[in-house]
Amino acid sequence: MDQDKRPPEIDSALLRGLTQARLTRRGMFKAAGTGAGVAGLAALLAACGVSGTSQENKAAAPGFWDSQKQAGLLNFANWPLYMDVKKVGGKETHPTLDQFTKETGIKVNYKEVIESNDGFLGKILPSLRAGQDTGWDLIVITNGPPLSRLLRQKYLVELDQSKLPNFNKNAGPSFKNPDYDPGNKYTVPWQGGLTGIAYNPKFTKREITSFEDLFDPKFKGKIGMFGDVNDAPNLALAGLGIEPSKSTEADWKRAAAKLTEQRDKGLVRKYFDNSGEAQALASGDVWLSMAYSGDVFQLNAEKGREELRFVVPKEGAMLWTDNMCIPLKAQHPLDAITYMDYVYRPEVAGALAAYINYVTPVPGAKQAIEAEAARASGEDRASLQDIATSPFVFPQESDLANTHSYRDLTPEEEKIWNRLFQPIFQS
Amino acid sequence: MSARPRAGRKLAPYLLVLPGGLWLAAFFLIPTVVMLSLSLQSGSVEEGFRLTWRVSTYTDAISLYHTQLVRSLTYSAVVTGLALVVAYPMAYWIAFHGGSRKSSYLFLILLPFFVSFVIRTVSWQFILSDQGIVLGPLKSLGLLAEDFHLLATSAAVIGGLTYNFLPFMVLPLYVSLERIDPSLVEAASDLYASKVQGFLRVILPLSLPGVFAGVLLTFVPAAADFVNATILGGPGTTMIGNVIQTEYLTNLDYPLASALSFTLMAALLIGVFAYARALGTEEVLEVSAA
Repeated sequence: MDQDKRPPEIDSALLRGLTQARLTRRGMFKAAGTGAGVAGLAALLAACGVSGTSQENKAAAPGFWDSQKQAGLLNFANWPLYMDVKKVGGKETHPTLDQFTKETGIKVNYKEVIESNDGFLGKILPSLRAGQDTGWDLIVITNGPPLSRLLRQKYLVELDQSKLPNFNKNAGPSFKNPDYDPGNKYTVPWQGGLTGIAYNPKFTKREITSFEDLFDPKFKGKIGMFGDVNDAPNLALAGLGIEPSKSTEADWKRAAAKLTEQRDKGLVRKYFDNSGEAQALASGDVWLSMAYSGDVFQLNAEKGREELRFVVPKEGAMLWTDNMCIPLKAQHPLDAITYMDYVYRPEVAGALAAYINYVTPVPGAKQAIEAEAARASGEDRASLQDIATSPFVFPQESDLANTHSYRDLTPEEEKIWNRLFQPIFQS
Repeated sequence: MSARPRAGRKLAPYLLVLPGGLWLAAFFLIPTVVMLSLSLQSGSVEEGFRLTWRVSTYTDAISLYHTQLVRSLTYSAVVTGLALVVAYPMAYWIAFHGGSRKSSYLFLILLPFFVSFVIRTVSWQFILSDQGIVLGPLKSLGLLAEDFHLLATSAAVIGGLTYNFLPFMVLPLYVSLERIDPSLVEAASDLYASKVQGFLRVILPLSLPGVFAGVLLTFVPAAADFVNATILGGPGTTMIGNVIQTEYLTNLDYPLASALSFTLMAALLIGVFAYARALGTEEVLEVSAA
């Protein structure tokens, strides 16, 4: 359904750069100056400019929400394995989505099309820039530079708080009013997660408590780190006692020096590509590693025992959230905000958390899962109880208090940041 | 009256070259020009990229990532050498002793290609794992030190590359060896050449076009590979392909990534031309005719 509404497969900014001549005045003068033979090439090169995604925003007019009517359809773009699944007669269904449709009459066109923030933004930014509908009413984007990009350009619909009563009542304090979106004006969290340290006690033979353990020469060649320019630098800043979100360029250089030293001493076995750290810990290729809470929980659940341990180091962990937001010009905003609020009902949040195993933004989901466990029996009951008591899905408030959020970066800062950190991981 | 066919004959070569030419224009020339342009632009994804003739992107690229560039070329050279040493006897044996089963043997060499490149490399990750099926037992027997590992070393990446690119070396070698007329070898031995002399003076020179093609088909793609370094490598084994991929797709730094690609391309072209010079270009044409 709605095949034509799906965003195009090719990055259309690039495609436009390839197909449309966009000769600038300056480019013309330059070309004219460099002689006939070169001029042809120069004009050709200038024509290959990639158009940017920035534009003046036509912000949602006052009264925007009053004029909206429920359309009965919601185009929802999400990440893989990010929605509860139930097999009924060999067909996979999403019980919480079905219940939503049953209650509200809104059909959900649910697609797990987001595999990376930048990749997905690359697809929708050209439409947003052109002031067109992206084809999606609800998207899920991680906080940090990708979300900031959308917020900075005002590419998101401002939310009507009066339509989010469940969110305002049930969201945990760590998930309300975040630094990157004060007052949740444009976003509400879908799920959160912690980036901290995981270790295999069989090999480390001691408890891991501190960021400094990642620099212990005893674990030489057995330490895993994330090799992306988001988690690793931010956690390194936190490890140095600097609040990442308020760090300066001088701090970045210190963090980069620390990470470079760790690499040059041969401490790091592998820079992980945002996945694979749990498997490597279980196989013993690494003994301790930067890790995502959810990955560790899922691996332990698969093995049926506590194979790996996840800790929030005493210097703090990174708390990230994947956020639901409505892109500008979305066709069915009222349907989208209705769904946003729906997932903040404790029983819905519980059903989602029980499948997803990341940090749920609804602490009350715990009671909902416990109630569900009381009704269930056997294996289902045990696994539901595991989830309800899991420190990963329901971290203690003290753990959540000891978390940091990502540094926002302007395009200029991003360039400096990337060129400082990327060469460390790709050595 | 006779002018017509003559005109047709004049046009024929151009018409024949047209499909290939269009193909090259669409899939090589245009992307190359776009890439060259991108590498000289500056800006960001949000603001757009504009041609500013910023040449310093190239010096930035080289000063940031020269290690990875040199490493890629070195790995690739080692891989090509290893593949040649392994592939030559295989191709030789199939060509001269394969008998009626030649095509079955060739099929066996191609068989791994029926499984995805990535999956095959990931299975090597399992096999070579620190506590895996090979190293685990050796370690528990005390034959290897506890901290010995193969993954995340240059050896693992070079091994993976050699494994993955071996068929590209075997096939052209086989083609050139198979074409050698056995009576030439007989003639050599009639003229009192020993087996070794026969090989060195007759077979080896005649197989050089195959060696040339095999070396090109292995060296060029191996230098740009990023899969093996991602899966089997660790810190200190990153290849230039990994850097280009990250800069393009993750950091969206199109100019830097394009400058790196261009630098790699230039390095490879210079290498290939120097090599073609050394081996003579006639053989190259002969191979493409083969």
